[in-house]
Amino acid sequence: MSEVVHTFTTTVPRWQPYVVPVDFATATDEQHAAMQTTPSNKGISPYVLTLAHDPETLAVRSPLFNLIMYGKDGLAASERELGAVAASVVNRCVYCAAVHASRFNNLTKRTDVIEAVFADGLEATLDEHLQAIFDFSARLSTTPPKAVASDAQALADVGLDELEALDLVLSSAIFGWANRLMHTLGEPMKD
Amino acid sequence: MTLIETLASVSPGSALAEAVGKRAEILRLTEAAHDAVLLPRDPGGLSHGLRAALAARMARHNRSPALASHYDTLVARAGEAATALLAEPDTNVTDPRTAEIVRHADRLTLAPRDATRAHVEALAQVGVTDADIVRLAELAAFVNYQVRVLAGLKLLGEMR
Repeated sequence: MSEVVHTFTTTVPRWQPYVVPVDFATATDEQHAAMQTTPSNKGISPYVLTLAHDPETLAVRSPLFNLIMYGKDGLAASERELGAVAASVVNRCVYCAAVHASRFNNLTKRTDVIEAVFADGLEATLDEHLQAIFDFSARLSTTPPKAVASDAQALADVGLDELEALDLVLSSAIFGWANRLMHTLGEPMKD
Repeated sequence: MTLIETLASVSPGSALAEAVGKRAEILRLTEAAHDAVLLPRDPGGLSHGLRAALAARMARHNRSPALASHYDTLVARAGEAATALLAEPDTNVTDPRTAEIVRHADRLTLAPRDATRAHVEALAQVGVTDADIVRLAELAAFVNYQVRVLAGLKLLGEMR
């Protein structure tokens, strides 16, 4: 029996769309071209086939997403993932949180940070460095964004340089985008 | 220079400007995404005028006057009287299809966490196609991304 997953988990669920995805076999040339690059190189998933309904946007979004999350130098990959997790907690995208929390755990070889975030949500207490990153990202993710100068200063105070801080802005913001697709066009299922 | 760089007015020669320069390809793709969601070659069932008005409304919900002003320009350029008023929050139209699209656009901006299957079904019931449901989600998702890139850049720029 499949059931919808409502609580945060690091076990990545199966994403099931609310709309009928594009059928790959009958997709247009433009849709096929837009599916050539996929987010996180995860292949032609039901998510990508759903987004193929808007191929003009998909063709730009996948390379943009991959550059922001997996581009070289700048902010550590794990810290980009933490920015993604913070946004996903604010927007309660259980699927996005699962994917990026498990990536954080794999990159850092620790589980205590995500355990704290999943247990206490936006009130989670982390070490000073990760706290500054998590709080900045969470406060940028609300509508309207409530991050203020002291949140940005906290990033500098824990040692982030301009490029690293910019990468955190971008990785938080791109999850303002990803969450609004994943969480509103479908739901996470446990089979 | 891209729209976000123009609106963020990062000080030339600053360390932040150098960082932005290293992320030029990201800003270029962000600009291309803007064109894909606001001015697509194939707008489907969401006209350029409706897209611009919803984007201006989303910018206002996010307290981003600079982006609201940019989108007001696109609203004016589209010259679509039936949807132009939607650029202001707390407005709606009587046409049931557009009215449901507006309600969903507000939800996607203000409280995406509350979105459920029932909301997508409500859109389908008033004749919004699956492709237009995806196009609407991409529009709201992009504008909310753009708002946060701009807000974040301004915070970093003001600090240093």
